[in-house]
Amino acid sequence: MEILVCVTRVPDTAENEIELNSAGNDIERDDLVYSVNEWDNYAVEEAIQIRDRVGGSVTVITVGDDESDEILRREMAMGADKGILLSDDAFEKADGQGIAAILKAAAAQGSYDLILTGAQSEGGAGEVGGMLAAMLDLPYASLVVSIEESGDNSVKVGREIEGGTIEMNEISLPCVLSIQTGINEPRYVGIRGIRKVANVDIPVQSISELGITDSDVSSSVKRLDYFVPDMGEGAEMLEGDDEEIIDKLIEMLKAKGGIK
Amino acid sequence: MKLFAYITHRDGTADDSAQELAAAAAQIAPGEAVTAIVTGSGEDLQTVCDQITSSFSEVIKVDSSELGYPNGELIRKVLTNLLPENAGILIAHNTFGMDLGPGLSIKLGSVFLADVVGIDKIDGDQLTVVRQEFGGQVSTHVQCSLAAGAVINIRPGSFAADENAEAGGSVTDRSGDTGDLTSGRKFLELVEAEVGDVDITKEDVLIAVGRGIEDEDNLEIVEELAEAMGAAVACSRPVVDAKWLEKSRQVGTSGLTVKPKVYLACGISGSFQHMGGIKGNPFVVAINKNPKAPIFQVADVGIVTDILDFLPELTEKIEEISS
Ligand SMILES: Cc1cc2nc3c(=O)[nH]c(=O)nc-3n(C[C@H](O)[C@H](O)[C@H](O)COP(=O)(O)OP(=O)(O)OC[C@H]3O[C@@H](n4cnc5c(N)ncnc54)[C@H](O)[C@@H]3O)c2cc1C
Repeated sequence: MEILVCVTRVPDTAENEIELNSAGNDIERDDLVYSVNEWDNYAVEEAIQIRDRVGGSVTVITVGDDESDEILRREMAMGADKGILLSDDAFEKADGQGIAAILKAAAAQGSYDLILTGAQSEGGAGEVGGMLAAMLDLPYASLVVSIEESGDNSVKVGREIEGGTIEMNEISLPCVLSIQTGINEPRYVGIRGIRKVANVDIPVQSISELGITDSDVSSSVKRLDYFVPDMGEGAEMLEGDDEEIIDKLIEMLKAKGGIK
Repeated sequence: MKLFAYITHRDGTADDSAQELAAAAAQIAPGEAVTAIVTGSGEDLQTVCDQITSSFSEVIKVDSSELGYPNGELIRKVLTNLLPENAGILIAHNTFGMDLGPGLSIKLGSVFLADVVGIDKIDGDQLTVVRQEFGGQVSTHVQCSLAAGAVINIRPGSFAADENAEAGGSVTDRSGDTGDLTSGRKFLELVEAEVGDVDITKEDVLIAVGRGIEDEDNLEIVEELAEAMGAAVACSRPVVDAKWLEKSRQVGTSGLTVKPKVYLACGISGSFQHMGGIKGNPFVVAINKNPKAPIFQVADVGIVTDILDFLPELTEKIEEISS
């Protein structure tokens, strides 16, 4: 099976507190630690496991800049066979539909049976997979937590819906699936693994090499700023040393029936 | 612009989001008529259509045995067929809306706004909405033109329903307008999540642990606190993803909905998917080392500290008192 996995480089929220900059119009980008979007690691792991079961290859692809090279290498250290970086100044303004259009152009240059994306990334929109599928006119399923080969030209996939209920579907290949966390346990990548792929050639493709133009890269949906809304009072913060805080907390818990 | 809302339903009852979509639509196009679209089959469908006539001035009913279960791929086709050019359609940003919305925007040639939590302003055909990024740590204003239509996914619970609405809508049957209903994706069945050893939905006091616990071995300190308090241990999704606790302990939209009296959230940031599983207005205590964690905006009481140090101290004190 030829599998394409779309990945993206994001600020790592487990490593950083995301805050506003002093101008209050963007997030503070100095000292941010970046990594692969959490959901994408699950998608790459799933692709590698499928390839190891049925053969084929795994290609990881991203729309990004030079710095995105490192996340492609990380996913190749996990076991992906190839990496492709889509990079062009014209891509910087792309919204979700723009990113999907760029990926579509790249996907159309290959012949993939399965295209995976993460279910969402730091923006929480969860939009690129479904858009890409619609542009390619391929069937789509989102929030996938299980994939099972079933017959020659289809897979059985489980979508996780409300309450943790699994919605089972049969979907014909080729198709696009967005992967939800928990589908597998992504393997650990050590420094040695990264070193092994340090010199692998990762082709970079620009807008002209993809055969698209500026007007194909949508930027209709614009983020104007970042801000922190005033949410009113919020929680009553307990302050003091640990002992004082614990005493106060225990009093409150007793009053609310939290301590039997 | 002409606004529509796609209504999901179950067992003959419209989802709570139906009225919320009507409320959001009223902010985008004040005073304009909004049309609901409901798909399904049989008597349940008619019941749902009748229910929502109070919130929508027109209700389009699409009845087909193939639409008995809302397969996002099929609904996309139906809506692409039914909607007029440049329409705006509102959909709940739940697991169904996430499946349907993005692709629908491509098929309609319109813009897509995901997970909208607020309408900031409408100026001609320029709509500005509020979204959140980074798990709710920061918000953003997002702007687009509605001229070519829009698919707008609305976060459940973000718009207050108008309980006294009297739109007095009429139901129109458009079952003949589904168009082609073949799809490469076939719905097979629903498999319910497994039940666990402890039923956290019935517990009065829950100690919920999140990614802040850092390591499986550290779960011990949470279990010890729960024991001292006579509480049960619950968790956020990453703890289940890491296989540290069973799925039956997960609180949230894709886990269980709990109704405790007291909820102690330890090392949990407060994403809407997590908080969405906490009902009944419990006393929420948040313990988190990041003073800007979104959970402090919704908790009753907050403590900024490292749970790895704090929880064992708390346990010790509670044990001291009760012995
Ligand atoms: C469709 C969908 C459904 C979902 N359903 C659910 C669901 O049902 N339930 C759910 O929980 N999530 C769900 N999620 C995931 C959700 O979006 C969040 O990713 C998740 O809730 C985050 O969990 P968390 O708060 O434990 O982790 P994080 O967001 O990583 O937060 C960890 C917190 O711990 C704090 N911390 C770290 N170390 C310490 C320490 N030593 N002491 C004190 N504090 C510390 C950090 O400051 C941070 O605030 C869903 C997502 C999607 C897309």
